[in-house]
Amino acid sequence: MRVTISVEVNGTKHEREVETRTLLVHFLREDLGLTGTHVGCETSLCGACTIHMDGLAVKSCTQLAVQADGAKITTIEGLADNGNLHPMQQAFWDEHGLQCGYCTPGMIMAATKLVEDNPQATEREIREGLKGNLCRCTGYHNIVKAVAAAAKAGAPS
Amino acid sequence: MSVLGTSIKRREDPALITGKGKFTDDFSVPGMLHAVMVRSPHGHAKVNNIDSSAAAQAQGVVAVFTATELEATGIPGVIPTVWLLPGIKTPAHTLFATDRVRYVGHPVAVVVAETIHAAHDAAILVEVDYEPLPAVVDPKAAVADGAPQIWDEAPNNIAFDWELGDKDATDVAFAAAATTATLELRNNRILPHAIEPRAALAQWDAENGKLTLTMTSQNPHVHRLLMTIASLGLPEHKIRVIAPEVGGGFGSKIHHYADEAITAWCAMQTRRPVKWTATRSETNMTDAHGRDHWSTAGIAIDADGKIVGLRIDTHAAMGAYISTFAPAVPTWLYGTLFSGQYDIPAIHVHVLATFTNTAPVDAVRGSGRPEAAYAVERLMDAGAAAAGLDPVEFRRRNFIQPDAFPYQTQVALAYDSGNYLPALEKALAAADYDALRADQAKRLADSSGNAKLLGIGLSSYIEACGIAPSAVVGSLGAQAGLWESAKVRVHPSGSVTVYTGSCAHGQGHATTFSQIVSDRLGIDVDQIDVIHGDTEEVQFGMGTYGSRSAAVGGSAIVKSLDKVIAKGKKIAAHLLEAAVDDIEFEDSEFKVKGSPGQSKAWGDVVLAAYLAHNLPEDVEPGLEETSFYDPANFTYPFGTHIAVVEIDRETGEIELLRYVAVDDCGNQINPMIVEGQVHGGIAHGLGQALWEEAVYDESGQLLSGTLLDYALPRAHQLVSFELDHTVTPCPHNPLGVKGIGEAGAIAAPAAVANAVSDALISVGAEPIDMPFTPEKIWRALQEGGT
Repeated sequence: MRVTISVEVNGTKHEREVETRTLLVHFLREDLGLTGTHVGCETSLCGACTIHMDGLAVKSCTQLAVQADGAKITTIEGLADNGNLHPMQQAFWDEHGLQCGYCTPGMIMAATKLVEDNPQATEREIREGLKGNLCRCTGYHNIVKAVAAAAKAGAPS
Repeated sequence: MSVLGTSIKRREDPALITGKGKFTDDFSVPGMLHAVMVRSPHGHAKVNNIDSSAAAQAQGVVAVFTATELEATGIPGVIPTVWLLPGIKTPAHTLFATDRVRYVGHPVAVVVAETIHAAHDAAILVEVDYEPLPAVVDPKAAVADGAPQIWDEAPNNIAFDWELGDKDATDVAFAAAATTATLELRNNRILPHAIEPRAALAQWDAENGKLTLTMTSQNPHVHRLLMTIASLGLPEHKIRVIAPEVGGGFGSKIHHYADEAITAWCAMQTRRPVKWTATRSETNMTDAHGRDHWSTAGIAIDADGKIVGLRIDTHAAMGAYISTFAPAVPTWLYGTLFSGQYDIPAIHVHVLATFTNTAPVDAVRGSGRPEAAYAVERLMDAGAAAAGLDPVEFRRRNFIQPDAFPYQTQVALAYDSGNYLPALEKALAAADYDALRADQAKRLADSSGNAKLLGIGLSSYIEACGIAPSAVVGSLGAQAGLWESAKVRVHPSGSVTVYTGSCAHGQGHATTFSQIVSDRLGIDVDQIDVIHGDTEEVQFGMGTYGSRSAAVGGSAIVKSLDKVIAKGKKIAAHLLEAAVDDIEFEDSEFKVKGSPGQSKAWGDVVLAAYLAHNLPEDVEPGLEETSFYDPANFTYPFGTHIAVVEIDRETGEIELLRYVAVDDCGNQINPMIVEGQVHGGIAHGLGQALWEEAVYDESGQLLSGTLLDYALPRAHQLVSFELDHTVTPCPHNPLGVKGIGEAGAIAAPAAVANAVSDALISVGAEPIDMPFTPEKIWRALQEGGT
């Protein structure tokens, strides 16, 4: 069955017909061509697909596209402001918070929300806050440093 | 000032942090079909019949193929083994399983459909009549009497039987020793788990007979070659393999697999582009796994606390088929490391490699060296205890001394350089070892008995990286050379493009290689581009694995740069009317020695090379040089890591408190990137030590096939690592570099294991094996703890 949904993604409104079983992540990647959001697993455990939806960080592989009807979504492509990197993106670059870059979009989206919710996050709180996102390259060491640096810089959301 | 040795930020990152990096699955092309594999659900079964008629008629399905259709096209259709050993059995690894399946995950059919949904829907309609057979999944059980036989041509499931060292001398050493220690060791099977699952997009240009295959590869030229000679049979020049952004590999994307070849073949059959992307479960079923050893290991020590002998007898699982480089892993990448950092006069290594009804086992980060370091460093602690010495003192007494290099081990390798004590001392100081021991004693003395146990573990590891030279690896069984290539193209305006055969998938080659070029040519890094991962652009490449890219790939770049500079000197000498031998190249200028002011700028010489208006007679126009660098020896990074763990005596719960790592990878091109590699490797090793284990049941079902049941390390379980380094440059490559991508994965399991053993032994319990789950620790404390 196909239904029509209306979503706002990175400030642009889209009205598309989707198969009801289409996952939100596949809608973003295949229908809208926003391939910055990645898929790393099928059990909602790796976090590579993390986006912002209506003010929450959500795993877009665990949402159906139809559930996003009427929602406002930000993906990694929409995080920078007119070409100016978001402080979290800048911190990941400055602190070598990424290697292969596959988990990075989801990690950055989760981290921006983490810092928005807890601007004074301690290392322990950052580590707890990122436990839904897997990285195999960095051992999280520099990711934690990056998130702390972004928090310190007073990262606006 | 040179940028070599400085932590410049990575040029790779702007695309990756903004979502613009393009990984294989991010590519879609018009008319593209989707492939879904139908895989064996059995560890071992006869295939009586495959009925794909219902699937073929399902909506949106373009084709369903099995071995029958593939064989009819007459292509070679196999996955080859490219490292051979005497007597090795390498049964044909066909792309599709035919009359028998031997592990869960082997494709038996493929569905190609207009949409991914249609392909998935139809895949479950493929009816396969299986007749399950008894299976064997454990390498030790595989050689037991009455074990199910996986291959007729491999009696007792033995794939090969390999040994290294001097058995007689080792036996004599053990017989004469003042004391000995023996350990039974398990090295748990692990899944590589690159966060990007494997994927392929195949485009077939029927008119020109040309295939373009975008895929998740650590070595696109090797994949292209294997597609040509073993899988597809297409001429090599008619295949273009592109590795775009690759989301981690850890070994898993070195190997050649059925899925990518089948995807390519489907594109040729349907004459439409075809994409295949593995799910996480598929990746876990079919990526080559790592480790899976059972060993009995012993160490013999004289009355002075000096090691006189070391031996190990290992059962190594190979899986149902012998994967690409698999034979090298439990042999030449394993047995050769048994001297560790120590002067050991007699060593013997015996490995019995067996077929099992599991996914093939091949190189995973460290590949043989973590298994060796685990055994050697566990033996060092056991030996220290047997000799009544502190583990630190026992290591000190047995280190190869700095003046002993080059040092010929008893297991083939000749270490070119090393200085082990400073790394140990630095690690001890950073950890404050004496204070840790005092804390441990205080906790043990706590009369309430409730204090958590403290465990302190050392791992003074060695590794051998940048496997070489090619003639030697050839004599050891490699069906490939292990050199690397680099082309340096200087453009007429003086900027540079480097084409490297190394193939980054997170290591930051574009950044570090541009630093090498900038240092040698004195031009800004912004004037340098680095191209890799495309067989159409790069001359040839052996790829990125085994911590080889800086030592081998980087050295190839230096060799080409040296040729560029030599040619530039000839041109400059001609323009300056000076002798070539009098020209020196410094700060981006060709200068006449001893004649200040007599010089030509880099840009002037480059332009002169391209204008060719005034060149010496023996100099061709242009400025572009290619090199194929074959190293003189392996490189030998080393270091000492210290893990500190805390164990709850009531629950067996274990917490990693601290992790100190002092590594020596020789000169560092970009310390920030070096540290990042160390961090990742440590986490990989900690994962194996504390949480990770690929478990098959008796019938060959992979019980830990998803992230729900396979525990990858997460941020909250780890700590910030405490890093330092020493610098002992490699003496035989022009950069003095050794490699650092695997150090952490090699060192960490033994460090944690020794920490856990330390804690358990402190209360009278027996050491246990990885992964150190609370349950195992609790049981050990119940059984033996006081």
